[in-house]
Amino acid sequence: MKSLNFRWAINEALKEEMERNERVFVAGEDVGKPGGPFALTKGLYEKFGEWRVKDTPLSEEAIIGLAVGAAAAGYRPVVEIMFMDFITIAMEQICNQAAKLRYLYGGKVSLPLVIRTLFGTGLRAGGHHSQSLESWFVHIPGLKVVMPSTPYDAKGLLKSAIRDDNPVIFLEHKDLLRIKGNVPEEEFTIPLGVADVKRSGDDLTVVATGKLVHAALEAAEELAKGDIDLEVIDPRTLSPLDKDTILNSVKKTSRLVIVHEGTKPCGIGAEISAIVAEEALDFLDAPVKRLTFPFMPIPFGPLEDKLVPGKNEIIEAVKEILT
Amino acid sequence: MKIDLSRKVLMNMYRNLVLSRRYEEKLIELFSQGKISGWIHSGLGQEGTGVAIGESLNKEDYLVPYFRSRSSLIAKGINLNELTAEIFGKNTGCCKGRSGEGHIAEPGLGIIGAGGVIGSSIPIGVGLAYAANLEGEKRVVACCFGDGATSRGSFHEAINMAAVMNLPIVFVCENNLYAEFSNITIQMKIKDIFKRAEAYGIPGVAVDGCDPIAVYEAMIEAVERARKGKGPSLIETKSYRWRGHFEGDPCEYRPKEELDNWLKRDSLIFYQNSLKKANVIDTKKISEVEREAKNIIEKAIQFAFESPFPSLEEIMEDVYA
Repeated sequence: MKSLNFRWAINEALKEEMERNERVFVAGEDVGKPGGPFALTKGLYEKFGEWRVKDTPLSEEAIIGLAVGAAAAGYRPVVEIMFMDFITIAMEQICNQAAKLRYLYGGKVSLPLVIRTLFGTGLRAGGHHSQSLESWFVHIPGLKVVMPSTPYDAKGLLKSAIRDDNPVIFLEHKDLLRIKGNVPEEEFTIPLGVADVKRSGDDLTVVATGKLVHAALEAAEELAKGDIDLEVIDPRTLSPLDKDTILNSVKKTSRLVIVHEGTKPCGIGAEISAIVAEEALDFLDAPVKRLTFPFMPIPFGPLEDKLVPGKNEIIEAVKEILT
Repeated sequence: MKIDLSRKVLMNMYRNLVLSRRYEEKLIELFSQGKISGWIHSGLGQEGTGVAIGESLNKEDYLVPYFRSRSSLIAKGINLNELTAEIFGKNTGCCKGRSGEGHIAEPGLGIIGAGGVIGSSIPIGVGLAYAANLEGEKRVVACCFGDGATSRGSFHEAINMAAVMNLPIVFVCENNLYAEFSNITIQMKIKDIFKRAEAYGIPGVAVDGCDPIAVYEAMIEAVERARKGKGPSLIETKSYRWRGHFEGDPCEYRPKEELDNWLKRDSLIFYQNSLKKANVIDTKKISEVEREAKNIIEKAIQFAFESPFPSLEEIMEDVYA
């Protein structure tokens, strides 16, 4: 095991997969020579050259189109959308083309592409640089959606995403880039579609995504002092969702809190709540509670900290349910 | 019309032009009899461009087809049985009946990228060209679309990206003066789409879309440029669709004199006459080619009629690899 930053976990995954398969290439804005706006692709240009680490014009729609075409021609593009807020520009290419051309063409092509993008709060950079739009993509058949919360998950899942023959949206939380975690020295991958029980517990299930997995774990640690034992589940892949792990947990604890950064309506919490209501209603001793960012654009500056649900909000919600 | 191309090229284009024209006529007939579900966007009148595009490409080259250009698919070598079955929505179609008439693909022939959203295929074509560059086997992409598509942001982003990356791609715009029901004056202030090439720093040229030889010559030059690593080009072909945007469109938005003038410029008749004058074909040959086309089309239609629709299980497959 070695201690690795989240950002280097991403970087290593890219490097290893590019070494392993010469058909893997990276493209996006400032990813090449500059090494990426957050240094995630640092060193790749020097190692693999201009055509495998390509700086593109400021054209999100064409960047995804380029990925679709190159994937159809047998390559494995890993393209970057600098901030998830800009992915909206490319929605047409992602949802109509990348997600559907395999199906529309009778299965005669596969599109093994990965779209990596930085999402979430943490930079305090306001409404156009902080959004969490994962549920938009969970809604589209043909796509896979992955959201790691640790360096270990990030590296293992990115490697799997690149090897997957489907279009994968790979979501990197910008506030997690600097966190450290243990990562195996040897080669490893983590399968898509498998959730991770980050902490076992009996009293209440918390399903959390992205950086809020850590808030949930902090809440669990504090609540443990008061004899409240939380089970924390990190879905890791949002589509396809490992609903069995979540359902088994709810059947054990009878209580569920979901915490995510996107807004409440049609968020990933809404989907998980509906699944639990459909398949485990009799096991619930209390209504499901969702903690999310409020239904508003994300403001600029430090006020964002007060609006993102955190350890305290989770503790409050848990205590409310248990009493 | 100077004719200094090989007999093989001239005859290929002639056969494909006859086949395309008779096929378009047949599809119109079948649709009017209610035998095809969905819709038909007839390419009648514009077939001359597509036969030249297909002829100018090698088998390994990619074609991103313009939705109205069945002649380009035919000239690229598509199996007419499978194309017809696809138009009929049958499971023996080249897309297993999933796409229908609107967006045909045949990855085995490099025909990739068409979809139901006009203009979205253009960045995909750029991706194919990027892959061709990585591969290093000198493949080129012919990326084809109509005048309306050039109003999409995707067109501008894609052609700019291809230009700055110097990719092996030929952009071909079939300007038939109408995007659905809108005359080109609704779409743009300029009269000549090829002039947009200059904005992106690549060569642009306009040719008569009703003259397969003119289109072929422009294509060969652009394809060679791309193959030699000298980057993209934009070719605008000037033509006109004889039918509405779709079959059933009463087409009240077009002046009758305009249609009448264009009807006189029949690519098939003009080309046929040129070939006769140059002694490449005679009346006997013409009959032979017409008969051959009729046979191929009849077989294709029978194949399509006899093929089954996809089952409910079949239609649910291939969402994920």
